Amino acid sequence: MDFLVFQYPMITIQACLDGLLLGILFALIAYGMALQWGVMNIINIAQGDLVILGGYIAYFMYLYGIHPAWGVIVSPIIMYFVGIAIYKLVINKVVDRDLFISILATFGISILFMQLMNFAFGADVVLANSGYGTTMLFDNNVVLPNSKIFSAFISIIFAICLVVYMKRSKLGRAIRATAQNARAAKILGVDTEKVYAATFGINAALCGVAGALISITFTIHPYMGLPYTIRSFMIVIVAGLGNLPGVAMSGMGLGIFEEFADYILGTEFRIGSVFLLLVLILVYRRFKLSRKREYLK
Amino acid sequence: MKIKNILITFVSAIALLFSTSVVSFAKVVGDKIILGAAISLTGKYSSNGVHTQNGYNMAVDRINSMGGVKVGGKTYKFDIIYYDDESNPKRAAQLAERLISQDKVEFMLGPYSSGLTKAIAPVTEKYGVPMVEANGASRSLFTKGYKYLFAVLAPANLYLDVAIRTAVELNGGKGVRIAQAFEQDAFSQDVRLGILDAAKETGSEIIIDDKLPKELNDMAATLVKVKQMKPDVLVVSGHTKGALTAIRQISEMKVDVPMLAMTHCDAAKLSKQHGKNSQYALCASQWHKTLTYKDDYFKDGMTYAADFEKEFGYDPPYQSAESSAALLVFKDAFERANTFDQKKVRDALAATNMQTFYGNIKFAPGGQNVDKPMVLFQVMCDDAGKCENKVVAPLKWASAELIHPVPKWSER
Repeated sequence: MDFLVFQYPMITIQACLDGLLLGILFALIAYGMALQWGVMNIINIAQGDLVILGGYIAYFMYLYGIHPAWGVIVSPIIMYFVGIAIYKLVINKVVDRDLFISILATFGISILFMQLMNFAFGADVVLANSGYGTTMLFDNNVVLPNSKIFSAFISIIFAICLVVYMKRSKLGRAIRATAQNARAAKILGVDTEKVYAATFGINAALCGVAGALISITFTIHPYMGLPYTIRSFMIVIVAGLGNLPGVAMSGMGLGIFEEFADYILGTEFRIGSVFLLLVLILVYRRFKLSRKREYLK
Repeated sequence: MKIKNILITFVSAIALLFSTSVVSFAKVVGDKIILGAAISLTGKYSSNGVHTQNGYNMAVDRINSMGGVKVGGKTYKFDIIYYDDESNPKRAAQLAERLISQDKVEFMLGPYSSGLTKAIAPVTEKYGVPMVEANGASRSLFTKGYKYLFAVLAPANLYLDVAIRTAVELNGGKGVRIAQAFEQDAFSQDVRLGILDAAKETGSEIIIDDKLPKELNDMAATLVKVKQMKPDVLVVSGHTKGALTAIRQISEMKVDVPMLAMTHCDAAKLSKQHGKNSQYALCASQWHKTLTYKDDYFKDGMTYAADFEKEFGYDPPYQSAESSAALLVFKDAFERANTFDQKKVRDALAATNMQTFYGNIKFAPGGQNVDKPMVLFQVMCDDAGKCENKVVAPLKWASAELIHPVPKWSER
């Protein structure tokens, strides 16, 4: 235990800002998961692997001399089609089964993606350099890499676009209608099959954006997906389904929590503390959910 | 239906029998000495696994083409059976069993990484199979009393020892303040123990002692502490991830520290990925091509590097060089033992005292190589942004002078 973080106000501010910027990025990934979960009742274990794949797209652009920031445009476009392909090949065969089958199916996809990425891109840890420099605050006592600020900024833009799109566009309305009551939507002429495919595609595209941002801010590696899946799972659990502002809040909360856990318990317990929090929240939420749960038999 | 099932079973049984009888050859077939190796060709260690395999193959080809191994007046050639251990210790141990009991291999080469070597060593020990390994440096490998394990590399606790001693020397013999961050794996923790020893001996003080998780990609918290506490030396060891993450965040957060020492910069291709930001980082290395050790097969480091590049298309990392050296050690031991008796070969290995292009090799009773110091190189870049690793310590091998303290970010 180390309480250095509370002894110097500058470190406290640093930790809060770091956590906030990180949390916004997490929230973007969690948005995709919440959407998919709400619409299709699928918990996508491969979420983190889609993120990493998106990161590799930005990385390869960087390798070929294109600035990796363009990855936030290119990566979601490619990932959208990857998402549609996964839906057509696997997900539409399990979408009407129970949650357990879909978890197994996406777990399988996760393993497959990890191995394929390892095979295609190698096991090396890679990153894309943005060359964005650093912002110094409070007399150089608080430093914020511009790449982190850029990531948060882009995440917010995409999140806003998504919310507006879901409210205004025809497909967005169809997606929301399907989430509320799939059968009624179908009767009223919504092509639910198309909605499901689009939902999966949009989720993958969001993962693509997040991946590109992660390759600019941190590092990527074929086996690094799971922590992102866990984080987004947790954010969605805390926020509850269909609660997009809640996702944003709990994303930022998780970012700050992680950062403080890092200072207080040590970096080695960073991911561990997230898992612990997840267990605690699952136990807590279970009581709440069990009151609401309905069975259709 | 029943008859068809019986037929299928029968045919597959015969096929199985046939296939096993084909692969079960003994250690020495005709003029071939067959060595076994489980290597990480897939999974998280696959890039270093391939470096290891390339190193082995390079040495096998070289020794075979230069006359092979002479034992009992007859000339033999090396051959290696490889299996892919998928970077998984359990799988590695199974494959070692398979190599020894099914394929009847009587001599083994090591896998990549300390963790996998740790998994295999008990198996080779049980069967009394001599194993020369080149990529397991963890100190715990050499304290278990293994009799059949020989490592051509220096143990992990010596990796960054020289950095601390250099820092103390530059500080006029007075102790320094050390900040350290190590991944929680066998290797990095051994490097940490080495630093603790060095700190104790030199009267240095450890002011930050962080552990990094396996899924590390953010060490901002450690670096914020470093910024506040201003240590003299920052030591980071967390394989490739650690090295890349450290440089990225140190440069982004403009952390000024007079000396930055790391492991795995070579494998991380640090200067290639980070360019000038990696400048002045000190890296521990088992080997560097500019060292002037010599042998008859590869001549010296520069020639080895040139030949390796010609064959595989990239500059050899030390993982390849040490793997090649393992074959030279085996060859030397076979010729001195002049027999294929495992016990005698083991005794010959224990008595090894030779120089290879990779360094001097002489084994302590624990099996580690005690005759080859670690070297420290510093990443140095020219104005055009082209970076090179130059050996700066120990002084005997230095090809450039250490730049110390590292210039502040505001002055770069």
